[in-house]
Amino acid sequence: MKTCLVVDDSSVIRKVARRILEDLSFTILEAEDGQQALEKCQETMPDAILLDWNMPVMDGLEFLAQLRKLDGGDTPKVVFCTTENDVGHIARAIRAGANEYIMKPFDREIVEAKFQEVGLL
Amino acid sequence: MSPAEYDYLRQFLKSRSGLVLSNEKQYLIESRLLPVARKAGLQSIAALVAKLKEPRETALAEAVVEAMTTNESFFYRDKTPFEHFTQMMMPELLKARASQKKIRIWCAAASTGQEPYTLAMCLKEMESKLAGWRIEILGTDISNEVLDRAKAGTYTQFEVQRGLPIQLLLKYFTQQGESWTISPQLRSMVQWKKFNLLDSFASFGQFDIVFCRNVLIYFDQATKVDILGRIAKTMAPDGYLVLGAAETVVGLTDAFKPAPDRRGLYVPATAATAQPAPRFSALAGAARV
Repeated sequence: MKTCLVVDDSSVIRKVARRILEDLSFTILEAEDGQQALEKCQETMPDAILLDWNMPVMDGLEFLAQLRKLDGGDTPKVVFCTTENDVGHIARAIRAGANEYIMKPFDREIVEAKFQEVGLL
Repeated sequence: MSPAEYDYLRQFLKSRSGLVLSNEKQYLIESRLLPVARKAGLQSIAALVAKLKEPRETALAEAVVEAMTTNESFFYRDKTPFEHFTQMMMPELLKARASQKKIRIWCAAASTGQEPYTLAMCLKEMESKLAGWRIEILGTDISNEVLDRAKAGTYTQFEVQRGLPIQLLLKYFTQQGESWTISPQLRSMVQWKKFNLLDSFASFGQFDIVFCRNVLIYFDQATKVDILGRIAKTMAPDGYLVLGAAETVVGLTDAFKPAPDRRGLYVPATAATAQPAPRFSALAGAARV
């Protein structure tokens, strides 16, 4: 079973994402901010990371930059999932090493399509 | 709605667009046609049926046909057809048409345009191989409303997130608020035409590739056979037909056979014999769209 780390400061979003991803046969780990997420990744590298942008302590973009420097940090597929929906943000995320990008609001179909896109399904 | 009214509408739709409704689709008729009736100032399905029976009610008839069509579509739908397109159909045709340098593609149920635009993106991604070539994409649909949307090339945030890789969104679309419009360059690669598949294909000329996905499922056996037979006649003998994931020619027509190891892809049966196939000379000079 593949693991997916869901990183979002909203417990509601984490819950929604968990439900969708568990239906797609992922084991879910959760983190509330970039710092927590980085610690989880240092313990075990997940197969996928669903990543919010705006979070306290460490935001999604900074987390991504740190992650990609870690040993094995280039392996997880990172899918941003954020209300930041302008071209500038999307382009920065891709340049920083994100594999896909979901603009909120999202639903089951979009998550599934994007996870398929990066080869996780 | 009375059984007689339901039967009238079923017959009406069958003859106008080929749509076949089973015995228990009253709810579908009501949910799709009550808004059409009200827009025309009519209070019920019964009133709508009475109005349709009047001579020369063409605008209302068209609105009814359009309202009953299913227009769900998304970019790169089912993925594999587009892999077949870039990895097999195009490379083969680039060899076979090396002297004419021209390839013609028809999307026979183009809906809101995602399929033709996906093909346009595939072509743009291989553009280094296409210098000096003329590739035509014709998108047709029975509904004016969806064709207007297709021509505009503007999609919601939801629509651009189903199947379209984020890099291609950045590359080929511009954003206005929460909607995204495909670039003028890609829009110029597709021509649009309102067309009913029950009508004659004679003015279309010959196609090398036909995408006819997820539309035959709405027709009865005889209509499917008829349309597939006429598509075969409008195709180059070494051309390709792409059907929807749940569709097949098997058991319907001998005009096509499945392409080996390519799910959903069919080739004209004449290609099997490797004989010089008829060139459809009567059509060759027909108007190009």
